Amino acid sequence: MKNVAESGLLQPKPGIPILSPDELETPPLSLGQLTWRRFRRHRMAIFGSVTLFLIIIYAFGGMLVFSEADANRTDTGNALQPPSREHPYGTDTIGRDILARTIYGGQISIIIGLTAMVMEVILGVSIGSIAGFFGGKIDSFLMRMTEAMLIIPQIFLLLVIARIWAQSIPNLKLMGRTFSGSVLVIVFVIGITSWPYLARIVRAQFLSVKENDYILAARATGTSTRDIIIRHILPNSSAPIIVSATLSVAAAITLEAYISFLGLGVRPPTATWGNMLEGAYNYIETAWWLWFFPGMLIALTVLSINFLGDGLRDALDPHSRAA
Amino acid sequence: MKQERILEVNDLRTRFHIAEGTVYAVNGVSFHLNHGEAIGVVGESGCGKSVTMMSIMRLIPIPPGEIASGQALYEGRDLLKLSESEMEDIRGKDIAMVFQDPMTAFNPVLTIGRQLGEPLRVHLGLSKEKINQRSIELLEQVGISDPPQHLLDYPHQFSGGMRQRAMIAMALACSPSILIADEPTTALDVTIQAQIVELVLRIREQMNMAVIWITHDLGVVAEIAERVLVMYAGFIVEEAIVDDLYGDPRHPYTQALLAALPRVDKRRDKRLQSIPGAPPNLLVAPTGCPFVQRCQFSFDRCRGEMPPLFQVGVNHRAACWLDVITGKER
Repeated sequence: MKNVAESGLLQPKPGIPILSPDELETPPLSLGQLTWRRFRRHRMAIFGSVTLFLIIIYAFGGMLVFSEADANRTDTGNALQPPSREHPYGTDTIGRDILARTIYGGQISIIIGLTAMVMEVILGVSIGSIAGFFGGKIDSFLMRMTEAMLIIPQIFLLLVIARIWAQSIPNLKLMGRTFSGSVLVIVFVIGITSWPYLARIVRAQFLSVKENDYILAARATGTSTRDIIIRHILPNSSAPIIVSATLSVAAAITLEAYISFLGLGVRPPTATWGNMLEGAYNYIETAWWLWFFPGMLIALTVLSINFLGDGLRDALDPHSRAA
Repeated sequence: MKQERILEVNDLRTRFHIAEGTVYAVNGVSFHLNHGEAIGVVGESGCGKSVTMMSIMRLIPIPPGEIASGQALYEGRDLLKLSESEMEDIRGKDIAMVFQDPMTAFNPVLTIGRQLGEPLRVHLGLSKEKINQRSIELLEQVGISDPPQHLLDYPHQFSGGMRQRAMIAMALACSPSILIADEPTTALDVTIQAQIVELVLRIREQMNMAVIWITHDLGVVAEIAERVLVMYAGFIVEEAIVDDLYGDPRHPYTQALLAALPRVDKRRDKRLQSIPGAPPNLLVAPTGCPFVQRCQFSFDRCRGEMPPLFQVGVNHRAACWLDVITGKER
């Protein structure tokens, strides 16, 4: 091609661009590329992702600057100090540095959010897919169970379960650090109370996807039920699952804050953004720095995750062809 | 003679229990298929062609479906009595199916290659490279150009004809001994139809595969099948070698059906003949001949009793109380 063009015989008039074969045919975009393109256009989602990234760097990178001992060191002589050079975020009621505590508390809050989400997804997806795929009696049984979970106010359920189990798990040692056993309880409690919504979404997806001809075609080629669920129906349902999993991280962080604020969550000395608020309750007017920093971090994280989830919802929708 | 039969179906009855009552979809169908033979199953929509084949493949949703009685002997084994996992081994490996609408028969979120490789993975347990290699061969065999590239494509990047070719490739993946084609050309335009028919004929010859071709297009049947079963309201009403069926139909329904065909060599200023009336309501349990309401020859006996398939010639059977040639009752 190039030689012919260079020989001058086929030289087009100046001003007409020469198209190489690559330019003549645009290769189709893959699903991932399309999703990324749509996501990129979503300003709030980009804002959310960037903020979230910064918060994660703050919580996990901060480890390099402050040790966990800094976060838990009490200094009653220096209690309730307003922000200063030495303590940029001030100190709490027993003189612990709030900056260091928001860093270590952030780690726990984010980890709680993620693990509770994983637990919720495992429960919700398995229950929803079994109910949706098999239908009939199994479906009725699982859905009645789901409804039973839904009619009990979640916060009430959370408090009761947290109260029963809060003290029963010993502290854990992991990677040289000690975690309050109550972290596990909180993850478990949030996971076990949050799956019903996801289960319903997954079930609805399965009900519609399983009626498609390609499921019948897959069965006709001898694909087993397990493979049909995992390899054929789940990928078709991934968009709503990803979106609601993202949003449930935010929900779990909020829920942890609720429970910890009410004093039934993660036990000190392990810090979380939620239990930092607990001690702040009596100082709302007198020591604003006690609640402002952890509160802002919770709000910012939840907001960013929600924007991210929103962006994903639009980006993963294959029907949206908007560039 | 018995040895030759690869599939023998006896007295198959399939019903669906729905809110409105019971649908008698297949009412005692018996037929056989020899090794390497191609048979056509014709009949109008809702006459039980597909349900018969789906029952044999055990793809009927149960409930609401129910296979009330019957046998489907595949190489001596009754498919209707196998466990679900034994059946999974047979589907796609020994008996493969091609569906009517290639536009909906592929999973939109998986690549063609992944779906084409599925039977290879499930049944033959091949390695990834082997699957890829065999998939390329299969796409070549069904006439899709540049197979390595197309394996990475998603179904929406394929045209209807290409998808049906890919469907056929998928069905052929494990070299099945029976291919059930459920109206594979209905959703395609005429030129593509001809290509697909030609493709199946060629492959059938290469692989010595038995084919069951379901259609309501009598023209396609003449081209592809050696023997034809005519179905009506869940019954087989006539069974014959292709030439006999067209030249010497013995059931009033087959006669009416052939009379309704447009022909190139006939005058075109007349309206096409049609069969008066409508097929019977399948929600009513059949008692007599299902065609009785629309049959010009019907008499009392037809109403009360379903005629069995009478032998009317060599390899030619018809289910009618009347010998339509002589006008005598049987």
